[in-house]
Amino acid sequence: MTKAEKQAELIREISGTDPYKCMKCGKCSASCPSFSEMDIKPHQFVSYVLHDDIETLANSRSLWKCLSCFACVERCPRDVKPGKLIDAARQLVIRQRGQDYLKADEIPELLDPELPQQLLVSAFRRYRR
Amino acid sequence: MKYSYYPGCTLKNKAKELDRYARVCAEKLGFELEEISEWQCCGGVYPLGSDEIATKLASVRALNEAKEKNQDLITLCSACHHVLKRVNDDMKNVEDIRTRANNYMQLAQPYQGETKVVHYLEVLRDVIGFDALKEKVTNPLAGKKIGAYYGCLVLRPGKILEFDDPENPSIIEDFIRAIGAEPVIYPYRNECCGGYISLKEKELSRSMTDKIMESAAGFGADMLITACPLCRYNLNMSGSDSAVPVYYFTELLAEALGVKEEVSR
Repeated sequence: MTKAEKQAELIREISGTDPYKCMKCGKCSASCPSFSEMDIKPHQFVSYVLHDDIETLANSRSLWKCLSCFACVERCPRDVKPGKLIDAARQLVIRQRGQDYLKADEIPELLDPELPQQLLVSAFRRYRR
Repeated sequence: MKYSYYPGCTLKNKAKELDRYARVCAEKLGFELEEISEWQCCGGVYPLGSDEIATKLASVRALNEAKEKNQDLITLCSACHHVLKRVNDDMKNVEDIRTRANNYMQLAQPYQGETKVVHYLEVLRDVIGFDALKEKVTNPLAGKKIGAYYGCLVLRPGKILEFDDPENPSIIEDFIRAIGAEPVIYPYRNECCGGYISLKEKELSRSMTDKIMESAAGFGADMLITACPLCRYNLNMSGSDSAVPVYYFTELLAEALGVKEEVSR
């Protein structure tokens, strides 16, 4: 198994979804509130996993634009759950040493008096280990 | 009626009023909230990776304590509700997660998803009943046009949250009617506010909350209500000219029940 194949296998494992079930209806991308911000669109995630091209996915801006709103998960008629694929790719990145998207040092200047604790813990969990 | 209660981190700090109004209203309505002892933060977002175990244990501890007390577990914050409900579903239905979480926990009896997780609004709807609630209202909020802002976390995925129809919910509108006000139904009520994106990208979440505010105001809402501290924060960041005030649903409930003054802020 090549490194690329291994990575794709890992994505399938972490996400627990089966990208082969996708029928390319595009409902996920049509539902995504971050669609216009994403360089790789939710419905395209599936193709990258199927073609074992995880390197491109891992370097995409989309990983950090997904809001985990589950609109794509809710509306997927084939239960492929693109949001889970995106999260798995994100995990692949942040589980590596030094690859946190949010550094603790950045926090002080991001704070304001109204900012709820919920925002910090959520961002910590999605952006870093 | 006694429930276990999981307030979560934000309700002890920036969203104290969401918690305090809920407590006085529960007393007024005749149910008791017994706070989980030494609860730990749920993490704010559900860990999606199917190999994530450690990040789910805080939820399992709370769920198990409720089980040991033989109580249903009430949540208020949308995020806590989402995380606890989904972890509970994992413990009930996903054998691998259940086994590995129990191996960590070493409980007297393994936890297998026995606890029923209910949102405060579900108690109002399913236990108290909105008709009965209406009869207990002493100060109906007549003339107020209120938009329900659901957001994502209490609704999706619908098959697990089982809160309401995820595409066309009605529970908060029914709540608004029960407290004597008029619900305003607008298209963006279950669209995402941006969630955690607002930590690093305020502009992006603002573009989303602007659309929500314009949608709500366009349909005639004077105010919005929500159960989520992060939604409220993001909505309040909207720079839209149409922006309306955002309240926690418990504050309006306390007002309608005539117990708002009991809470000193």
